[in-house]
Amino acid sequence: MDISFKNVTYTYQPNTPFEHRAIHDLSFTIKSGSFVAIVGHTGSGKSTLIQHLNGLLRPTEGQVKIGDYTLSADKKVKDIKELRSKVGVVFQYPEHQLFEETIAKDIAFGPENFGVGEEEVKKRVHETIHAVQLSEQLLDRSPFDLSGGQMRRVAIAGVLAMEPQVLVLDEPTAGLDPRGQQDIMNMFYQLHHQKGLTTILVTHSMEDALKYADHVIIMDHGTKYMEGKPTEVFQRKRELEKVQLDVPEIVQFLFGVEKQLGISIAYRGQTIAELATELVEELRSRNL
Amino acid sequence: MNHALIIGQYVPSNSVIHRLDPRTKIAIIFFFVIFVFFANTLTSYAVLTLFAVGTAVATKIKLPYILKGLTPVWFLIVFTFVLHLVVTKEGEVLFRILSYPIYSGAVEQGIAISLRFFLLILVTSLLTLTTTPIEITDAIETLLNPLKKIKFPVHELALMMSISLRFIPTLMQETEKISKAQASRGVDFRTGPMKDRIQAIVPLLVPLFVSAFKRAEELAMAMEARGYQGGEGRTKLRELRIEKIDILAFITFGIVLIGLFLTRA
Amino acid sequence: MTNSFIEFRNVSFRYGKDQPWVLKNVSFTIDSNEWVAVIGHNGSGKSTIAKLINGLLFPQEGEIIVDGLTVNEHTIWDVRKSVGMVFQNPDNQFVGTTVRDDVAFGLENRGVPREDMLKRIDVSLGQVGMSDYLLHEPHRLSGGQKQRVAIAGVLAISPKVIILDEATAMLDPKGRLEIMQTVSHLRQAEQLALITITHDLNEITRASRVIVMNKGEVWLESNPRDVFSRKEDLLQIGLDTPFVATFADELSRQGIKLGKQPLNHEELMDELWTYHSKM
Repeated sequence: MDISFKNVTYTYQPNTPFEHRAIHDLSFTIKSGSFVAIVGHTGSGKSTLIQHLNGLLRPTEGQVKIGDYTLSADKKVKDIKELRSKVGVVFQYPEHQLFEETIAKDIAFGPENFGVGEEEVKKRVHETIHAVQLSEQLLDRSPFDLSGGQMRRVAIAGVLAMEPQVLVLDEPTAGLDPRGQQDIMNMFYQLHHQKGLTTILVTHSMEDALKYADHVIIMDHGTKYMEGKPTEVFQRKRELEKVQLDVPEIVQFLFGVEKQLGISIAYRGQTIAELATELVEELRSRNL
Repeated sequence: MNHALIIGQYVPSNSVIHRLDPRTKIAIIFFFVIFVFFANTLTSYAVLTLFAVGTAVATKIKLPYILKGLTPVWFLIVFTFVLHLVVTKEGEVLFRILSYPIYSGAVEQGIAISLRFFLLILVTSLLTLTTTPIEITDAIETLLNPLKKIKFPVHELALMMSISLRFIPTLMQETEKISKAQASRGVDFRTGPMKDRIQAIVPLLVPLFVSAFKRAEELAMAMEARGYQGGEGRTKLRELRIEKIDILAFITFGIVLIGLFLTRA
Repeated sequence: MTNSFIEFRNVSFRYGKDQPWVLKNVSFTIDSNEWVAVIGHNGSGKSTIAKLINGLLFPQEGEIIVDGLTVNEHTIWDVRKSVGMVFQNPDNQFVGTTVRDDVAFGLENRGVPREDMLKRIDVSLGQVGMSDYLLHEPHRLSGGQKQRVAIAGVLAISPKVIILDEATAMLDPKGRLEIMQTVSHLRQAEQLALITITHDLNEITRASRVIVMNKGEVWLESNPRDVFSRKEDLLQIGLDTPFVATFADELSRQGIKLGKQPLNHEELMDELWTYHSKM
């Protein structure tokens, strides 16, 4: 589904002493099937933004379009439930939403709410538990017996079982150890391609944005600061520093190489191994 | 979430009323609540109303905001008034609505009772609007202190209250977060038959309890690690002091009371 | 006799009789004024170590000695006077309704007079750069700020060791940086031992010693440079080396020998420069 924001503003608790404008005049479009990273500091408006994607919030001004659904201040969306079944949201620390007696029931909860038939739900429960790389034997156990990392996978399975077309991920790796982080991100990346999803990843990690996204939107103080291809956006060191964001380490390193060794290597998304090879070749060719 | 209700909400400011010792505020309100029932003439009501509205203005919180915040209570006030019109049959008949007689006594009493009710609500909400919950806790702790003699756990009670206060915003955020997560999984908290709506609370309550227990456990551990062993031998950072403005407040209130008794019939 | 400040002697721990061992025969020492990083994947037992040090848990086997005292039910209150701990979740260790009240909590517990309290609160909030937030409520602070307040609360009681038990795990990069800067600053200003427990290898570079935990056992005790050079082994136990170490590893694979294992960008660049000019 194509997604577009047109001059969107959102204000919390308007007309009270606690009034707070979380996003303002925000416009962008996301093409169906793309993997978009939204990057910015805490308080830059990221989480307010994503709550518009499945109609948890409606813009105070402006218009949000998700496929055929339109959200705006003046009219309520009739089939909000239908929209929510198509846009799956994995919130930060999603394991906090688990509540059923068994893992199978918890995974089935979403699709059942959206009126999916019993047989189909069963099928999806089995499919998704595999998709999140957990054993089927766990299905009858209580989700509260699992380790933190496993609980997170179950919660993710619960969202995947809705078979959404758009997958929104809010810091899905927060609090996990390095291997856990990598496993989860690789899993989402695979699903994105396999299922032809539109994936929106909210992250603090420049490295993840660079590694997985094909488009990046940088948020600052409630509005869009920059957007473009990650390899291009992340080269604009000065502009990023202005909003206290770092360029990814790999880009940082290449700047250093150019400055100190006078070797300029363009970053096109190479792996560390490929970069090392390029650098070694450069070094060797200079000394011939 | 409904943010319209302001009862129990604190609005930070540096007004005179904000700076008063919470015990002063509680004491004055306590007596105000009693003396409201002594008013029995138009002027005596005017004196009390003037005091209440004057205090409201002195808080520097916008009056329309306070009045709007009392919206749910307006309904009760109007209801009280209408009830009196219907039930009371004193004085002469003023006029008739659809042949139903309305007595002058009914109008008078209706106004008096509704005004009393309004003043009570206004003044008590001024307490919470200008006093942080923790100040109220402190005040309660000192006011209850004599009960320590009969082994009443005053310290524990105050600590429990202050920790609850500390965690209210956290748990509110958590509630909102979980309800959003479940709404994203197709739970409808707002529409549908009552039975469904009650059932929709389960996916909200279970995670909330799980998280509250976890928080309690971690907090207890952190408190222990920081040397908490109960009330004995503890010193306190927060202390309440009666200052000049408190004395001034009592004098002002005294004058209002004198005014009240002078204008009574 | 040693001058070690903390000593673990063959410590084993599990939560119940039918539960698996969380720590298995763990022994190590930590000197006063030393910065030791304990790393390991989630579930490696690293956080249990912290809770054993100040008697929040007791081992089934072995002995733990802190500042000359064997940790047991009789000594815990004395031990806790010299051990300050900061936990993972910023929200669940904030007791006070304001920053000032929270820092005061530990002092109140120890019966410190009010005048003294006010002074100590000022000083310790200054040390973590939170003096401007004295009357702020916790829900108006960022995660990093809350953790700095927690550190101030610990500093106020002048401990001899501070343990950060995954204190950065729930923070954003900005918060993480705040904490690491605060901690490094403290190391310079104060005489105290520091134990940082983490799974982020970026956070071990400034430690003097590293204890790597795996499945409840001490897997390696070494310095950061050595730990960084063991990329393959670390991957096997679920840890990931930072960019600099990974890059250095790639270079060595391609036959470039660096003088020493680099810990940060500057060192890597220096090594490359040296290599470059030697050719």
